[in-house]
Amino acid sequence: MIQRPLSPHLQVYRWRLTMAMSILHRATGVALAFGTLMVVWMLLAAASGEAAFSQFVVCMTSLPGQILLFGWSIALFYHMSNGIRHLFWDIGKGFELKAAYGSGYAVLIATAVLTMAVWCPLFFG
Amino acid sequence: MENSENLVAPLARARGLGGAHEGTHHWLHQRITAVANLPLMLWLVWSVTHMASWDYAGFTAWLAQPVNAVLMILSVLSVFYHASLGAQVILEDYVHGAGWRLVKITAMKLFFIVMALACVFSILKIAFGA
Ligand code: HEM
Repeated sequence: MIQRPLSPHLQVYRWRLTMAMSILHRATGVALAFGTLMVVWMLLAAASGEAAFSQFVVCMTSLPGQILLFGWSIALFYHMSNGIRHLFWDIGKGFELKAAYGSGYAVLIATAVLTMAVWCPLFFG
Repeated sequence: MENSENLVAPLARARGLGGAHEGTHHWLHQRITAVANLPLMLWLVWSVTHMASWDYAGFTAWLAQPVNAVLMILSVLSVFYHASLGAQVILEDYVHGAGWRLVKITAMKLFFIVMALACVFSILKIAFGA
């Protein structure tokens, strides 16, 4: 086998917002993939019966459960917003340096706004 | 085939498959599921935060509604397929050695298939009122 180096070689770059956000897209994708286990648990528990389902609800409404859900929602909204940014790149739009940074900040703001829109009513409502 | 110096075209090249040996399928499916995930995940977040009741009877009654059952099945299929395509790219990037890579990618795909099946079965069981 040819031993070619694999991407990415993080250590040779200086940190940039665009680069950090790119890595974060991958990190949130992985986190969300593990987060699907909560959905699996929810559905399996509901199909298994009342006892299993209320156990799921108790765990998810506990403090660790809520922290987990809070983190999952941030990851989801970040990955979702940044995913839209990716899709625009895929059709060839937004590559100018200014646009790439502008959309990057927009993603960060959208993540914060969406997360608050979900949690503020639950917290204060 | 501009840089081909051989009249015998490798099959993969003749089919238009590039360096990843599978053409643009993977890339395209990742994008299609990304677009599908968007409304589906917004629906899911809206639904779980606006659930009338989180007790067993309330939740199963909600999931048994045809629209909710269908959207939940679509969500599971789209998200799990998207996640497995994404995880494949990540394993291709980081796992060294073709054999190991194949083992890990296959195990990962089987894992997502089992999870998706468990979800779809559970949804259908509730939807058909068992
Ligand atoms: C909510 C809407 C979503 C959108 C719009 C979206 C969009 C995208 C896009 C465009 C990519 C390709 C990025 C690239 O070119 O490098 C991607 C990758 C990925 N997504 Fe999503 N996604 C969504 C939801 C999800 C969910 C729910 C999961 C997990 C359960 C997930 C897991 C992944 C993973 C693991 C990758 C691979 C990351 C990488 O290659 O670095 N995505 N997503």
